[in-house]
Amino acid sequence: MSDNCSRREFFANALKLAAVAAIPVGALKILEPGEAKAAIAKTGVRWGFVVDTHKCIGCGFCVKACKNENEVMYDAPVSRTWVERYVVTKDGEVHADTPNAARDGFTTPKIHGQVIPDSEITKAFFVPKLCNQCENPPCVQVCPVGATYQAPDGVVLVDRTWCIGCGYCIMACPYGVRFFHPQFKVAEKCNFCYHRISQGMKTACVDACPTGARMIGNLKDPNDPVTKIVLNERVGVLKDEYGTKPQVFYLGLDKNVR
Amino acid sequence: MSNHVWRPAWVVLGVVALILTARYFYVPSDFGTHERGFMYGYYRKASEEDWKKIKVKYRTKDYCKDCHADKYEMNMASKHSIIQCENCHGPAMDHPENPQKLAIDKSRDLCIRCHAKLNYPSSRRGELKGIDPDSHNAGMECSACHNPHKPSLEGLK
Amino acid sequence: MVESAASAIHGAEWTIKELFVYPNEFIYWSIQIVMYPLMTGLVAGAFVLSSLYHVFKQEDLKDIAKFSLIFSFALLFAAPMPLMFHLQQPQRGIQVFFTPHFTSAISAFGIVFFTYYIIVACEIWFVYREFAVKQMKALEGKEGFGNSLLRAIYRVFSLGVHDISEQALHRDHKAVTILAGIGIPVACFLHGYAGFIFGSVKANALWMTPLMPVIFIMSAIVSGIALCILTYIIIMEWQKYRAKSARRAWGMSAEEIGGAEIDVIRKTSKYLVGFMIAAITLELLDLVFRGYTSLKSWDILRSVIYGKDFVNIFILQYTLGNLVPFLMLVIPGLTVRRTAVATMLVLLGVFMMRYNVVIGGQAFSLTFAGYMHYHLPIIPHSIDTYKEGLFGALTIAVMPFVLFYWINKALPTLRYK
Repeated sequence: MSDNCSRREFFANALKLAAVAAIPVGALKILEPGEAKAAIAKTGVRWGFVVDTHKCIGCGFCVKACKNENEVMYDAPVSRTWVERYVVTKDGEVHADTPNAARDGFTTPKIHGQVIPDSEITKAFFVPKLCNQCENPPCVQVCPVGATYQAPDGVVLVDRTWCIGCGYCIMACPYGVRFFHPQFKVAEKCNFCYHRISQGMKTACVDACPTGARMIGNLKDPNDPVTKIVLNERVGVLKDEYGTKPQVFYLGLDKNVR
Repeated sequence: MSNHVWRPAWVVLGVVALILTARYFYVPSDFGTHERGFMYGYYRKASEEDWKKIKVKYRTKDYCKDCHADKYEMNMASKHSIIQCENCHGPAMDHPENPQKLAIDKSRDLCIRCHAKLNYPSSRRGELKGIDPDSHNAGMECSACHNPHKPSLEGLK
Repeated sequence: MVESAASAIHGAEWTIKELFVYPNEFIYWSIQIVMYPLMTGLVAGAFVLSSLYHVFKQEDLKDIAKFSLIFSFALLFAAPMPLMFHLQQPQRGIQVFFTPHFTSAISAFGIVFFTYYIIVACEIWFVYREFAVKQMKALEGKEGFGNSLLRAIYRVFSLGVHDISEQALHRDHKAVTILAGIGIPVACFLHGYAGFIFGSVKANALWMTPLMPVIFIMSAIVSGIALCILTYIIIMEWQKYRAKSARRAWGMSAEEIGGAEIDVIRKTSKYLVGFMIAAITLELLDLVFRGYTSLKSWDILRSVIYGKDFVNIFILQYTLGNLVPFLMLVIPGLTVRRTAVATMLVLLGVFMMRYNVVIGGQAFSLTFAGYMHYHLPIIPHSIDTYKEGLFGALTIAVMPFVLFYWINKALPTLRYK
């Protein structure tokens, strides 16, 4: 590199090389939508969930089981799943609450310290909530480091060894299902008890439910009871307007459900 | 003639090279774009296995029924047949090795999860038999009178 | 037990819930996320100010250009610190560079930030190379540890280029112009990204608007210029004081320094007023549009904007932070003291704008049927309450000034003659 010209050329080449090298290897392997679909089709599994709000009695056994099964500090106010109570009165008011995520169930008619007389109630019901394992999960889209992702079977998981704890995914979820794990200090969420479903069991909440209000199944299997309900019954999803395509389907959803 | 203008660029290149080298050693080889494409499937593949390895704690009735056949039979014939043993007895984990004895939750709080009367129309809770926990034998354990394995009122102790 | 469990939850310490709020909702993005766009905004603003001279040859900004360039560099160091304070796993922060997930605004921000950092550092190198080489030669043979340390710093800084011929310096100037030219869009990009981070969160009714990046850029430039003017005033007043106490700073009298000072201030504040108009217009447009379209979220947004956050938004931000300083700056006969007060109010206004966006966006629940109240931790009693409390924020706020002080030792920014 004695003369200026060759040095410049060398530099230009080096710059090009660096530019190519700087692009992460993964970014080059973006699959075409068709390819991605084909890859998913191969697995033959797409986990989905049905919640029958008619059946839910607000006992909170699902929350208790979930917290124990997934080691989310029992006394912490956060939970992977929770149950909401909605009480609608004659004047059209909606009273809703979820005391301590309904870990101990609903044992009193008091809502936010207020007793609503039975005669005033026009309808009242319970709605269990959990991660919707969206087809287009906004929480995954916003993760800056690839620490949360959608597994080939549709379940959204968090890599506890990779999460930097920025909280962007928590902000991006319209359903409020994410939180920081009290011990591991990383993003935490319902993952359909991935360790259970991947060995043929049901989720802890489904097993714990004394009324059969919760069901998990494979949406790709047309004979699965869950798939049958989704196909044959009138089901709703939560917050459809965000375009997230939730895969938790609700029977008996009310317009007042948030 | 020296062209010093490019001198800082070499420093920048050095820093970039340093980052890329560090990246090579730091990032696991299975990190990349997987089935769901770059937007939803950019991750460390082994993480899936990490989750599958988590220990199951609630083993369900199938795990209990062989050793505790009597209780199992009684329960399965009752109105509580759908309720898992572990809802009241706690997660079995590796019982009987670990824990050797399960802590049974006999508290009123457990029973009133379902049986505190809430007169809710359009919800099953309203149809469920219930009591007012404040007036119905307050302070007593429910199991003093009721048999949780066979809760029908004829089975009152 | 319950208390310790609650304090283990990030956000539970400073969040009070009201009515129906999902159990996992807390104010996860707190004071440090207010500081973060504030700091990047100051960086971008300071850089744009210096570029107005370097690129657009606004000669009236010549004196403040060098100063704002170095200040922008000091701010750059401090800008990622709020994020590091905020991360639950700060030791993994580097992964943003290692495995960037470009569909995330934060990861793109990492790359843009790095690029911007390079541009500013290079520009400083070109601006100060001549000075460094001259100093190196002047310090040659001088005794003392301080001198030899300074000389070593200059030696490293020069990167071995000691040529200060006419030709070489001309090349330096050309490089500065080009870098400053590239720097302006990158600075806007950088801060536009900070706005995009919020504006693209569809789950948050207050944040989600395509105007957010533009609003952020405008208020960033406003805050950057205001801080530069304010710091400039403080330095000049200090020099005036030194000149008066007969220690003749820079070999000038107090009157001469004062004359130069008010001149720069008057010219720079014109730019400040211009960008303020742009920023306020956009913010009001956003507000009007939300009210007019009245989407599902408007009921709860209105109750937050016109109710719970009324003082923060309309008194502190719009009145004290925008209207009052605007009037102070446009009324003729601008004085140093009035400018100083006005720029402080502008900075308060921009801080409150960030606060009202970040905290205000979490003041209501995703249920649209409940609220969350933020209580800034003052006395730290844990790492979390320090990092995300008043003292953590103050640490961040002081950092650029300390850095500026030390950089200024080696690379002086304001020296007439």
